[in-house]
Amino acid sequence: MNRYPLWKYIAIGIALLFGLVYTLPNFFGESPALQISGAKSTVKVDPALMSRVESILGSAGIKPDNVYFDAGAQSSSVRVRFRPTEAEQQLKGREALERALNPDAADPGYTVALNLVPNTPAWLRAIHALPMYLGLDLRGGVHFLMQVDMRAAVDKRLETFTSDMRTLLREKNIRHAGITREGETLVIAFREAEARARAEDVLRDSLRELQFREEGSGTDLSLVTTLTPATRKEVQDSALKQNISTLHNRINELGVAEPVIQQQGADRIVVQLPGVQDVARAKQLIGRTATLEIRMVDTAAQPGSAALMVPERRANGVTGQVGLKREVVVTGNQLNNAAATMDQNQRPAVSVRLDEAGGRAMRAITRDNIGKPMAIVLYEKGKGEAISVATIQGEFGNQFQITGNFSVQETTDLALLIRSGSLAAPMEIIEERLVGPSLGAENIKRGFYSTLYGFAAIAVFMILYYRVFGLISVVALACNVMMLIALLSLLQATLTLPGIAAIALALGMAIDANVLINERVREELRNGRPPQQAIAEGYDKAFATILDSNITTLIAGVALLIFGSGPVRGFAVVHCLGILTSIFTAVFVSRALVNLIYGSRKKLAAISVGQVWRPDAAAAK
Amino acid sequence: MEFFRIKRTIPFMRYSLILNAISLISFLIAVFFLVTRGLALSIEFTGGTVMEVSYPQAAEVEKIRSAIAPKVEGEFSVQNFGTARDVLIRLPLREGGNSGQQAQQIMEVLQVQDAGAKLQRVEFVGPQVGEELAHDGGLALLLVIVGIMIYLAFRFEWKFSVAAIIANLHDVILVLGVFAIFRWEFSLPVLAAVLAVLGYSVNESVIIFDRVREHFKKMRRADTQEVINSAITATISRTMITHGSTLCMTLAMFFFGGPALHYFALALTIGIIFGIYSSVFVAAAIAMYLGVKREDLVKPARKDETQEIVP
Repeated sequence: MNRYPLWKYIAIGIALLFGLVYTLPNFFGESPALQISGAKSTVKVDPALMSRVESILGSAGIKPDNVYFDAGAQSSSVRVRFRPTEAEQQLKGREALERALNPDAADPGYTVALNLVPNTPAWLRAIHALPMYLGLDLRGGVHFLMQVDMRAAVDKRLETFTSDMRTLLREKNIRHAGITREGETLVIAFREAEARARAEDVLRDSLRELQFREEGSGTDLSLVTTLTPATRKEVQDSALKQNISTLHNRINELGVAEPVIQQQGADRIVVQLPGVQDVARAKQLIGRTATLEIRMVDTAAQPGSAALMVPERRANGVTGQVGLKREVVVTGNQLNNAAATMDQNQRPAVSVRLDEAGGRAMRAITRDNIGKPMAIVLYEKGKGEAISVATIQGEFGNQFQITGNFSVQETTDLALLIRSGSLAAPMEIIEERLVGPSLGAENIKRGFYSTLYGFAAIAVFMILYYRVFGLISVVALACNVMMLIALLSLLQATLTLPGIAAIALALGMAIDANVLINERVREELRNGRPPQQAIAEGYDKAFATILDSNITTLIAGVALLIFGSGPVRGFAVVHCLGILTSIFTAVFVSRALVNLIYGSRKKLAAISVGQVWRPDAAAAK
Repeated sequence: MEFFRIKRTIPFMRYSLILNAISLISFLIAVFFLVTRGLALSIEFTGGTVMEVSYPQAAEVEKIRSAIAPKVEGEFSVQNFGTARDVLIRLPLREGGNSGQQAQQIMEVLQVQDAGAKLQRVEFVGPQVGEELAHDGGLALLLVIVGIMIYLAFRFEWKFSVAAIIANLHDVILVLGVFAIFRWEFSLPVLAAVLAVLGYSVNESVIIFDRVREHFKKMRRADTQEVINSAITATISRTMITHGSTLCMTLAMFFFGGPALHYFALALTIGIIFGIYSSVFVAAAIAMYLGVKREDLVKPARKDETQEIVP
């Protein structure tokens, strides 16, 4: 009567096999490796670099285990893996690569970072079986939480709108008594109601990002203008995106192996740099403002002359030199936005928007220099590079387009480069965490041993107290750990020290289900049921209780998951997953084992669930 | 081996009045300390900087304190952390921002004093983060309470859900009270532990309520008190063994988990102990006081309503 149909055994077997496979990668350890990525936003890492790296290493007599190209979402890199015992090869390899890839040590194009990569065999990697992703508290590193000053981003946009409104009203000959800014609203003053009505019509038509409200009476009239909620959100989103991409470029310079730069909430950015110990330098780099300048090109300048020469990057990957005039027309902080668009002939172009002051300077210089070349220069690490040299086609102000033989990809890249010269809004570090690598290793050890000792204590007790059923419970509990680790590895959820604590706690709580079952089985036996029936009833009756109790615990876990941040989140993820896996292992895996052991025996006289004490038997003595 | 050789139903509810009086008094004491002393909130909530510095030999806390005193405005603390060679330095928020660089400056001073000093860990939390955390913590607590109440009301009956929540909030307050009395540091992981305890001890109450329902069905002629007593008696063995196992884990964390898990494990341990007590003596008793009847659980709900409307 206690037999599962074959498909159930198979399903449970497959689930456990899956658990085993995805747990495996955690046992392979790590190998020394090198990671080569672009040090500057202008340097691209592509598969061609991979073969270059291979030949450099080959000529230096270094034999790496594996060289592969890793296309990341935000930046790609080339990785070189060495055999686990050859850490000195790793150091030699870095030296050789540094020398070959960066001929000018003062101006490196690539960073070569020492790294550790998991030794996961290729067949496991192919099915996305990776080791658990360890949090900073376990592997050491720096964590920053940056608050983006959204007021500044909105201010910048409002400034653009102010100048747009001035221009529009002037073009339409509408008299107003000045535009003033009060917080996040723009107030246009009018003397006559008729002028205000006309102005409102004009502005409503061409500035759809704004909403208008009439105020005042008599001759003291005004039009109060605010950003629509959608525009506000767009301003904030693009500011955040731009800051994130700027941070990326800067952090690339640090040569961090696996940086994490992510949005958190509406106005925050998390930066995590595993393995970085030099907080001071990391902070300096993150806080630095890269600069962008627009200058006129000095066509008379020759390489080698006293003129200011910078390298130039042309569309098809060719590089050259360009001479610049001393005078800076526009600087990066006068830049409001740059985006890839199409020009009137439907060719890819980059549209650039400057603030009012930048627009005035631009108008003055373009009026006198039509037909002459102009350069946009990006300064990184104090070195300039012309990212775009274009001929002035006509007089323009704060809004202009850069056209040329661009592809869509190139305009997107160029817009990004222009934007990366400035932060959209200032940022402030509001949370900082540094964990040394030795502390991280110690945390892993402590977490592991406390789980192990706790598990051992429970296992010994369960087996002594419930005998075979206890053993089955312990096996189910071990399966629970395995499934939990498999899930964590599969989801690549960040494992932190509180996460390890949650694994330990999950085990302590998961045993509850087995205790419930075993106690029920004993109770049924005590009430005089035959063993087979006792097993069936014990499991059936316990199941409803197990479900109820786990759901309440899960509610608490989910609440933690929703509202928790940082360490609490790490705890909550494991806690919730642990509850789910425990229902599976405690109920189904243990039942399958019981069925395998006892289910097929027709005449089962006794089952080993420890001593079943009967009050009536004791009374009879 | 069988630990709990129970010959007859233990009359748990006979002592419920005395025990609940004790609960009420300890609850009030906990509230009193929470209000007067308050929790020793960690910098995650208050904002500020924490540095963990390790020395090659035993650290001289007094010397460290005097060395950094000129660099810090306001109250700060230096204490040993885990071992004699590690110290934990807590610094307050600095007015006008730039607290982030404080740790660096302090480290420079400490390295002048002893070149072997090594920075193990720095945590800096700005004021805005702290406020949010306290806010989120409150919301999480609220969500847990509401969620569990709805679930229990749906699965059992409102009297049980009220009883379970009162009993288990009582646990939470007691744990917080203990933290307030001893001025133990209340950090984010401790908050997580407290909320986990809330879920865990509700789980405990649920198991007893499940039995109460079952016994209402089985024991047709017994009164409410007898049914509750027999339900608790039937589950007491499971209660003790389960909690024994969970305590094995939390104690393992407490003894082997190192200083980072110290208070977390402590909060769990205390919470679980209170959880057993409140599920056995408080939750069931409150359900009894609220007048749980056989009809509430056994008969269909529609009939219940008509019975209540017609007195």
